[in-house]
Amino acid sequence: MSVEMSSENGSSLWQANYKRAKRLENIIKFLCGICAIISIATTAGIIGTLIFETIEFFKEVPFWRFLTDTRWTPLFQSKQFGIFVLISATLRTSGIAILVAVPLGLLSAIFLSEFASLRVRKVLKPLLEILAGIPSVVFGYFALLTVTPVLQAFFDFIRTPVMIPPWLDFLPFTNYYEPDYFLEIPFPYLQGFNALSAGLVLGISITPLVASLSEDAIYSVPQDLRAGAYALGATQRETILAVVIPAALSGIVASVILAISRAVGETMIVTLAAGQNPHLGLNPFVPVMTMTAYIVQVSLGDTAVGTLPYKTIFAVGMTLFLITLVLNIFSFWFVRRFRERYE
Amino acid sequence: MTGISDTPITGAPVADAAKFVPQRRWRYRLDRAFQIATIAATAIAILVLAWLLIDVLWNGLGSLSWTLLTSFPSRKPEEAGILAALAGTGWIMLLVAIFSFPIGVGSGLFLEEFSDDTWFARFVEINISNLAGVPSIIYGLLGLTAFVIVLGDYTGGRSILTGALTLTLLILPIIIVATRESLRAVPNSLRQAGYALGGNRWQVIWNHTLPASFPGILTGVILALSRAIGETAPLITIGALTFVPFLPDGPLSPFTVLPIQVYNWVSRPQKEFHDIAAAGILVLLVVLLLMNSVAVLLRSRFQKDR
Repeated sequence: MSVEMSSENGSSLWQANYKRAKRLENIIKFLCGICAIISIATTAGIIGTLIFETIEFFKEVPFWRFLTDTRWTPLFQSKQFGIFVLISATLRTSGIAILVAVPLGLLSAIFLSEFASLRVRKVLKPLLEILAGIPSVVFGYFALLTVTPVLQAFFDFIRTPVMIPPWLDFLPFTNYYEPDYFLEIPFPYLQGFNALSAGLVLGISITPLVASLSEDAIYSVPQDLRAGAYALGATQRETILAVVIPAALSGIVASVILAISRAVGETMIVTLAAGQNPHLGLNPFVPVMTMTAYIVQVSLGDTAVGTLPYKTIFAVGMTLFLITLVLNIFSFWFVRRFRERYE
Repeated sequence: MTGISDTPITGAPVADAAKFVPQRRWRYRLDRAFQIATIAATAIAILVLAWLLIDVLWNGLGSLSWTLLTSFPSRKPEEAGILAALAGTGWIMLLVAIFSFPIGVGSGLFLEEFSDDTWFARFVEINISNLAGVPSIIYGLLGLTAFVIVLGDYTGGRSILTGALTLTLLILPIIIVATRESLRAVPNSLRQAGYALGGNRWQVIWNHTLPASFPGILTGVILALSRAIGETAPLITIGALTFVPFLPDGPLSPFTVLPIQVYNWVSRPQKEFHDIAAAGILVLLVVLLLMNSVAVLLRSRFQKDR
């Protein structure tokens, strides 16, 4: 900088070059403004492409068929476009994931913030953040090759007929095979690709996210509120459940919604472990194809630009985008409506 | 929301205070059960994740070899390797770093230092927090349209450059948020001291604010890059290949990356491919761990200097 050089020689000789400095500042400001515009252009690009290709798609496929068809077979001869087939699969995997991630994540957050010693917290918090960064393809490997076989063995174990003495034949699920009675629980058969293990592992993969963000919210509830509850005679559990959690509710809900939108948009776990078989319904034990898995399937094949299959991935992408957008908007609204500010 | 209003603990109004039964034993027992539940939940989460890592180590260590690191993919699992995938990941990371660092820091500077609370700044802000919630595969669709089809003549179609640009857009929100947070952490007195010495806005930023916030920014950038390195779905969507028996010769070359190679091997039926997939995952996790430690190290190093 010119200032450093000349101030030693005597300030009378030094003349500030305001104009040049000002011009540089304006140039830099302009460049930074362009950088900021890139993020707006990204949003515009996403919405623009999705809308454009989706309109192209609906020129060929009527909208009501998109909503009412009961099969999803755009790549076959007899084409059907029931988006709810894919949505039902996404619902299954992310529903199971949320059932896993919210209790585990929330209870872990409460443990870290309220029960853990400072040392334990100092170790576990960064560990959670590292675990949140494990690539999803790794979880996909785990779901398909480790969790599914373990679950299958467990299901088989429950289904195995157990020999029972004849006088127990009043029990339900008993069968008589010569010469003995057996207890046979009609447990479902778990296929190699299924929504269950994909959902379970998806849940484990977003647990660190829920735990970490909820913990931030719970930890920032001021100590005065807890002290007040104790002074009224509440125990620690009562304080947490009746005072601390409600006070941190907006942060907790925001973290849960972020987790839901992660689960809905997650791709590799469900592509690897849930399969590629469009299936309408709520059965989690069969192969299903989520919206993201369909996009991957088409992308991996050689699909020419402008063909109908090519347009379907944008229609599916649009649906996905709208779902996550609604979740985001709800989250914004909820946080703004229920945020508690403490000084 | 007061939260305190529906508390179960004030069982009785003051007049009935004599009838109030504290039931301490029962309540403390519930307390204990609740505490055990939170410990159990934490333990379950950590044990499952530990199971995942041990599982990968167990299956992958056996197949991790020099051949794996220096060979191209092959139909025979014992000859297959991750060389092309490693090269692709390296190229992508290099380009993503070059693109995302200046753009992300520039946007952060604009929002935090240059713009006052104008409608434009607020609009960009809402926009960025929205972008952070968009699924990564949607960025893949954007990249497919924008960089493969519309700008295909310049980016070489399904090339490294296209992949890098797509991932840059994906991680920009993370870098911008990290930049803003570390700029906000710089005390205002530092800026005012700069202004008092006659510096204009840019001079103060360049000489004081940026150096002071640099460790935080750098950590944010590295963490964002480590997110990009594991991304699979957007790169599959833009059409990265799954079988690449050559080294990319420049930014316009077709490519594959480590996670896609792993995905390809996991989705094959043979057990041998699953084992080299585990070895590939090990390499990926080691790279990630290295990047994370560099981020932590840089942060502590810079913080000591000040």
